[in-house]
Amino acid sequence: MGDAKPRRPDPAALEPEAAREAFYDYVYLRDNPNGIFREYWYHSSGCHQWLVVTRDLRTHAIAGVEPASCAGVEPAS
Amino acid sequence: MRRGGAGIMMTARRLASGGVVDRARPCSFTFDGKLLNGYHGDSLASALLANGVTLVGRSFKYHRPRGILSAGSEEPNGLVELRGAARREPNCKSTMVELFDGLQAMSQNRWPSLKLDLLSAVSLLSPMLAAGFYYKTFMWPAAFWEKLYEPAIRRAAGLGRGAALADPDSYEKAFGFCDLLVIGSGPSGLIAALTAARAGARVILCDEDFVLGGRLLGDRTEIEGQPGDQWRQAALEELASCDLVTIMPRSTVFGVYDHGAYGVLERTGDHLAIPPAHTPRQRLWRIVAKRALLAAGAVERPIVFGGNDRPGVMLAGAVRTYVNRFAALPCQRLALFTTHDDGWKTAIDCRAAGIEIAAIIDSRSDLPDTLSSVAKNLGAPLFAGGQVIGSHGRLQLEAIDISGADGKTTRLAVDGLAMSGGWNPTVHLTCHHGGRPIWNEALSCFVPGKLPPGMRVAGSANGRFDLAGCLKEGAAQAIAALGELGFSPNAQPLPQVVDETNRTAHPLWQVTAGKGKAFVDFQHDVTRDDVVLAYREGFRSVEHLKRYTTLGMATDQGKTANLNGLAIMADLLQRPIAEVGTTLYRPPYTPVAIGAFAGHHRGQDFRATRLTPSHVWAAAQGALFVETGQWLRAQYFPQAGEQDWLVSVNREVMAVRSGVGVCDVSTLGKIDIQGSDAGIFLDRVYINSFSTLAIGKTRYGVMLREDGIVMDDGTTARLGPDHFLMSTTTANAAKVMQHLEFCHQVLWPKLDVQMVSVTEQWAQFSVAGPRARELIGQVVAPDADLSQDALPFMGAVTVRVDGVKARLFRISFSGELAYEIAVPARYGNALMQRLCALGAVPYGTEALGVMRIEKGHPAGNELNGTTTARDLGMGRMLSTKKDFIGRVMADRPGLCGPERLTLVGVKPLDPGDRLRAGAHFLPVGATASAENDQGYLTSAAFSPSLGHWIGLALISAGPSRIGEKLRAYDPVRNGDVAVELCSPVFIDPDGERVRG
Repeated sequence: MGDAKPRRPDPAALEPEAAREAFYDYVYLRDNPNGIFREYWYHSSGCHQWLVVTRDLRTHAIAGVEPASCAGVEPAS
Repeated sequence: MRRGGAGIMMTARRLASGGVVDRARPCSFTFDGKLLNGYHGDSLASALLANGVTLVGRSFKYHRPRGILSAGSEEPNGLVELRGAARREPNCKSTMVELFDGLQAMSQNRWPSLKLDLLSAVSLLSPMLAAGFYYKTFMWPAAFWEKLYEPAIRRAAGLGRGAALADPDSYEKAFGFCDLLVIGSGPSGLIAALTAARAGARVILCDEDFVLGGRLLGDRTEIEGQPGDQWRQAALEELASCDLVTIMPRSTVFGVYDHGAYGVLERTGDHLAIPPAHTPRQRLWRIVAKRALLAAGAVERPIVFGGNDRPGVMLAGAVRTYVNRFAALPCQRLALFTTHDDGWKTAIDCRAAGIEIAAIIDSRSDLPDTLSSVAKNLGAPLFAGGQVIGSHGRLQLEAIDISGADGKTTRLAVDGLAMSGGWNPTVHLTCHHGGRPIWNEALSCFVPGKLPPGMRVAGSANGRFDLAGCLKEGAAQAIAALGELGFSPNAQPLPQVVDETNRTAHPLWQVTAGKGKAFVDFQHDVTRDDVVLAYREGFRSVEHLKRYTTLGMATDQGKTANLNGLAIMADLLQRPIAEVGTTLYRPPYTPVAIGAFAGHHRGQDFRATRLTPSHVWAAAQGALFVETGQWLRAQYFPQAGEQDWLVSVNREVMAVRSGVGVCDVSTLGKIDIQGSDAGIFLDRVYINSFSTLAIGKTRYGVMLREDGIVMDDGTTARLGPDHFLMSTTTANAAKVMQHLEFCHQVLWPKLDVQMVSVTEQWAQFSVAGPRARELIGQVVAPDADLSQDALPFMGAVTVRVDGVKARLFRISFSGELAYEIAVPARYGNALMQRLCALGAVPYGTEALGVMRIEKGHPAGNELNGTTTARDLGMGRMLSTKKDFIGRVMADRPGLCGPERLTLVGVKPLDPGDRLRAGAHFLPVGATASAENDQGYLTSAAFSPSLGHWIGLALISAGPSRIGEKLRAYDPVRNGDVAVELCSPVFIDPDGERVRG
């Protein structure tokens, strides 16, 4: 389900112009590393858990799995 | 050429005894319509050879006569069509077809017959048909390619013919689990399985063949002083008696996947004329193994010399397999052309079976005395340092040309030539995770390189070609694998084996002397000259060689071709084979039918069908259903005499607007959301506020994607201080659920909120029309207060229906006085019956759609992934007091400009004209061009209330242009209608009816 690195910006902490820039990055810009990657997985046909999986994009070797809720950041507002 | 006639059980080509065939169970079969006989335990190839049939097909490009080359799944030549009608299957390898009584096989790629194939005249054009010919010829004139050349080439190309009818057989999928998956049941695999079974491990033993034993079946061996076959049978008996061992014959492990998963195709029904009812033709397994042992053996290499493809020229190991395992004699006068000691076993075994050995041609000049005396004992002239440089015979081998070490050429009459260029370990599965095999100079072959996790290799697949070594390695690798899993197998003494064959290889990659086409890839008709051509034209990497010449790209995947081809290229490049490398091996190891991958996911069962709670009742009423994703929804309910759907739909609409109708809306998503922060959570996902919603009230909400585009809409009710019930559209139910869970788990994990889908738990019906309140009053308990004060528009209450707890919402999609009543799903059918019995007119999705278009409500056609809240006229709902998903990006100038396509109504100037969704709008008199495109029509319906067609559209600055006349242009469907823009709310613009 995509890169788990981007963090949703906090609009309350930013001027409108800066907020738009930050959200543009958040919505559209993504890295494409040739190697280890942390990404979201979603167990749609089971427990509906969102996970963060650490995977090597070259070999598909999985180095770790954790619930996404442990990786999130609570915005200020 | 000798043929066995019908009715003659024993031919001159079948030994009276020996072999693993069951002479007590004879079978009849046909080949090209001719009735022949064989035994259970035969392959089709062995039965054909036993009947003296050596011509079995015509080659792909040149239509050269071809015979059986091998005795395994590497077979490139002996391809047949099996069965007929709907079960007809092309390109079956006769070497892998298990003979059954009544089998019908046809040769392929020849017309009018195998013996007289007029298409072989194409070989006269062979200089024009070399590798890559289609890049160079048939290019002019350009127009001829599409009209003449390509259709002609297409008709001539290809091998067999598929069936044009639906496959009547079924296919299953299954899961398996084990500690050790043993791939291959030759000596290495059998001893590994035994070792593991005795240690108490769960073992699955797979072999692609229908009899287990690998080369123990094809070679004459001695184990513990007895024929190797006895040890084989004892091993299989012991394994069969073990509960923890699963033996899977006819099962090809075709692929290595992630995390210990292996794909296995079990051919459960291929050897039966028709699979018994309710059994599958094939079963596709996903076996998850903690460890695996690849004991897949090795495949023999042909020798590349002119005329090496004539019927009767076979791999030496295969010749002795036919003699030893099947008691079938491929010929009567055999020559052997070998490059190493192993080939000699064929001469010895064939002599013992009564075949005359006409000559032994060994490419090595220095032969030990032991071999010279073997030749003498066989009565065979020995050509040390010699090579076969040509073959003769029209449809069958009749003679070979031998070039001696002294340079003299001898022509020898033979009807069989056994060739052995060495053996290639079957490393394919080791490469499925990207590992490349490693060139072993001493063995002159590739051996496994980096292995997939959890896999080990033993035996010939690992480059061990001696029987003692195979047994030792099979046991040792099993012990090592089991040790990693915590088993402690007892050390067992290995069976004693006598095996003195020298394994040193002396490869002869090609015979340069002589004339005639020297084949590298038999199935794709790739010759040595094609490899040279590729080199000359610059296609020198092994990947280019493959694709330019198509070497290795046929159904046999180049199993007998790849190494010879790249060795010839290495020679041309003057580089070592280790540097040239191989192409990657990918699954499947042998072809797998698409039907096996599909399993039961075919036709109606491709995906599950979801039925609404009132489906049974609706079907009984003769409703027609429409697919909405996986759901079947009643589309309309035709009454007797109604010939046209529009008549039925108009009737339903008028029945609702004048009386009362009922529609099953259970398919809309329902999400139960609870927690002390539930209101805050909804504030963050909806554009408008929900934390301010009073208990017992419903509110329409819109949610955006983070990029500012509308994702979904629906009504959400507050049932308690910490309890909300959200509704979504049918199509987006799962997507919204996923989105809410992302927001909860990833974005705001600290909010105290939980959510669960209850779409399937509640049946929900829309009851709409001026008489709706009256009807609802008749089904709910008398103490329910349905008055305007107690339950105003957008209210939500709990009621009882016959004592069953129900929820009642006063919401309206139709624009009439309306309710949605929800009961636990198991009561849905009964409630629908009750409502209709009380006079509600059932209406379906068509009428539902007409009415919402009459009221200008956006739905899926308008929420199409390109529209914003402002585009849909909901800009005022965008809260300025709180953050919500999509808020910042929705304010981007590009999403807010005055030129944006925004929602407006459309009606035809001529009330008789029809509107169609998809029409684009042009100013009157303007050219029909993209520059003049004003927007498009999203929804259209005939409004029985107004008596003409109406539409909703997204038009540039639409609402500000109400009254303007435009042209609705629809060239694809010959539509061109004059229209006028108007309000999207065509009926009751002040909304008085819903509030009544």
